[in-house]
Amino acid sequence: MDHIFEKYSLKKPENLIPLLQDIQKEKGYLTDEIVDKVADYLHIPTNRIYGVATFYDQFRFRQRGQYHIQVCRGTSCYLCSSSSYLKEIEKLLKIQAGLVTRDRKFSLEIVNCMGGCGKSPVIRINDNYYHRLSVSDLSDIIRALREKKQ
Amino acid sequence: MPAQELNDNRAFLIEKVIKNYSGIFDKATTEKVALLKRDKITRPAIYIGTGTCGIISGAKSTLENVNRYIAENNISADVIEVGCNGCCSAEPIVDVQLPGKTRLSFCNVTGDKVDDILNSVLHHTLLPDQVLGQYKQPGQEEWPNIPMVDQIPWFCSQRRSILKNAGIISPVSIDDYIVRGGYKSLYKTVLNYPADKICEIIDQSELRGRGGGGFPTGKKWKIALDTAGDQKYMICNADESDPGAFMDRAMIESDPHRVLEGIAIASYAIGASQAIIYVRSDYENSLNILNTAIKQAKEYGLLGENIFGSGFNLSVSVRQGAGAFVCGEETALVASLEGQRGLPGSKPPYPAEKGLWGQPTVINNIETIANVPGILENGPSWFKSLGTKSSRGTKLFSVAGKSVSTGFIEVPMGTTFSSIIYNIAGGVKDGNSLKAIHLGGPAGVCIPPANLDTPIDFESLSEIGATLGLGGLIILDDKTCMVNLARYFMDFLQNESCGKCIPCREGTRKMLDILEGITKRPKEESTHETLERFKGVVQLESLAEVIRDTSLCGLGQNAPNPVLSSLKWFREEFEEHIFDRRCAAGVCHDLRTFFIDVEYCNGCNICQKKCPENAIIGSLKQPHFIIESKCTGCGICFDACKFSAIYFK
Repeated sequence: MDHIFEKYSLKKPENLIPLLQDIQKEKGYLTDEIVDKVADYLHIPTNRIYGVATFYDQFRFRQRGQYHIQVCRGTSCYLCSSSSYLKEIEKLLKIQAGLVTRDRKFSLEIVNCMGGCGKSPVIRINDNYYHRLSVSDLSDIIRALREKKQ
Repeated sequence: MPAQELNDNRAFLIEKVIKNYSGIFDKATTEKVALLKRDKITRPAIYIGTGTCGIISGAKSTLENVNRYIAENNISADVIEVGCNGCCSAEPIVDVQLPGKTRLSFCNVTGDKVDDILNSVLHHTLLPDQVLGQYKQPGQEEWPNIPMVDQIPWFCSQRRSILKNAGIISPVSIDDYIVRGGYKSLYKTVLNYPADKICEIIDQSELRGRGGGGFPTGKKWKIALDTAGDQKYMICNADESDPGAFMDRAMIESDPHRVLEGIAIASYAIGASQAIIYVRSDYENSLNILNTAIKQAKEYGLLGENIFGSGFNLSVSVRQGAGAFVCGEETALVASLEGQRGLPGSKPPYPAEKGLWGQPTVINNIETIANVPGILENGPSWFKSLGTKSSRGTKLFSVAGKSVSTGFIEVPMGTTFSSIIYNIAGGVKDGNSLKAIHLGGPAGVCIPPANLDTPIDFESLSEIGATLGLGGLIILDDKTCMVNLARYFMDFLQNESCGKCIPCREGTRKMLDILEGITKRPKEESTHETLERFKGVVQLESLAEVIRDTSLCGLGQNAPNPVLSSLKWFREEFEEHIFDRRCAAGVCHDLRTFFIDVEYCNGCNICQKKCPENAIIGSLKQPHFIIESKCTGCGICFDACKFSAIYFK
């Protein structure tokens, strides 16, 4: 993590959010140890870091699965029944939104908007976007991913 | 491009193009500009829209296929990635321009269609149904029987000034922007005008903030300019946390340099040497484009130290928002930039007097900023000629939901809702009728069909009790349940409430509970409970008043809007949910009652086996029957029936 710290040579509290963002981008999620280190580095109490990190939706304290599924729940996607996709995925993976499957293969997240409202409903799996899928197509995609070896 | 050529280009663009703001070029310059503008080309050019909406529709695979096609057929052509031209429902859009011919635009070009389309264009045999339109390019031969892009319905009623370049130029090429008149206004500004003159020009143009508040921009700048401070800040708010709107993303992805130029002019006007662009973290594509654009502008000396030798310094940095709706509020945004939780503070003092680190700070929405170069270039009277008396200029809207075409548009202020829906967006999808329009995001209001002819400007909207917000238009068809939609918005706002003010934190929770009570079971109950539920609706109204009057920030004050406006216009729908326990649109799943059509039921017994409540009775090969009092409306039987014998009311 030292190379990330180096980028923020000015040890000012305003760097807290960008620093956490960079760490999360590299590590995938935040842990208690990371928070301790950041607190040491920026000389801010850990409780304040937890305060900030839990306030913003972006920060997470849980590892993502190998395939991270994001279901958009923006107004437009909601109207185009994105919730039925969400239900279908929850049923297939047997997890609720915000959780990771036991084999760490899938994680599911509801996002507020991906900016693709013109193409709703939008679902994103890692870096691939899917739009206007039928529910059965979606199940096929997830099944294919599940059977895929590493 | 080799380094030498790059340097030559840069010197040419700065000396001959930017610094010559009369716009009259000598012959050699005109020719070179035409080449750089790609008005004249020597080999085919293929443009692919790779904005986020394009990528979602599969533009990456289109791009791969175009590159493969070119390599396989040994064609020497330029492949250029452009932003989005606004017509998102037609993405992926691919434009093809042949030497001597006008630029053609094709819609819905997924990867598999690339070969057909390129074959047909390169052999001059067009099938008109693939074509969206052709661009007007003087001096180039037009394709026969193809409409001009500005004549097709999506574009013909628009007035594009800040979206002028969207979808046409490459967002990662500063040259494209400069040859179309970019950065001239900045040059004119820093060399000819003192800071207060710029504030005056903007004030004369009567530009009002596009972030929702509608505060006169020139006045805001003047306050910041007149307030003493060691270090002033210019902040461009592009944290579009409103779900359902995407104009900010589109602006950055299509024409980032216009935003940068606007920021530079605004910073000059308020005397700031540091500018921050606050971008939403989910928009990775925008973030990369913006960083590239800043790097290019620095290389060209259009940002950084001593811009155009005038002594004006400006460093622009990009900060990612971390995903909090409340950070759209100025004071919360400042708190977030200071590394704290994004809690709003009290106003006054306004950020223009005391903002980031206690210094004068101007926070403008990205759309406001994007208007600035145009005003400086064409003068305030040009800007005033657009729009209505109280609201000048144009406004960006994102059109999404159940309309035929979706995307983002720019229309003069004062355009009516009906003109946007029927002329531009092509009406409601699947032949359904229009129920309402939702304007202004989760804290916005719904507009019933009776008010469709209201001109969209600040004053007319406030007359009908609406606010402009960011400009997200969601088209709702008759299959939408207004109660459920109000519940959805309340759920969102409840989640996003920062928790500082109790009325907002607890009040939104309570309102959500009431709405959930209306849309959920239990279904069978005594009259007393129905009365209790109806009392809930009365409470909704009084709660709404308290939340509106006692919350600190815009989020809280506007939080009851969606509920209040749907109650106002669609009260009968609420009553139907409460008294009849019925959702006409069939959206509130819990309120459905299922029935079996004896004509279609052949007694296969599947539904009976699947019903978790044992609510279905009947013997094999005889029509089955659902016991209404046992049915919980889960819909499992409905999904299981292979003969469509089950229906709901």
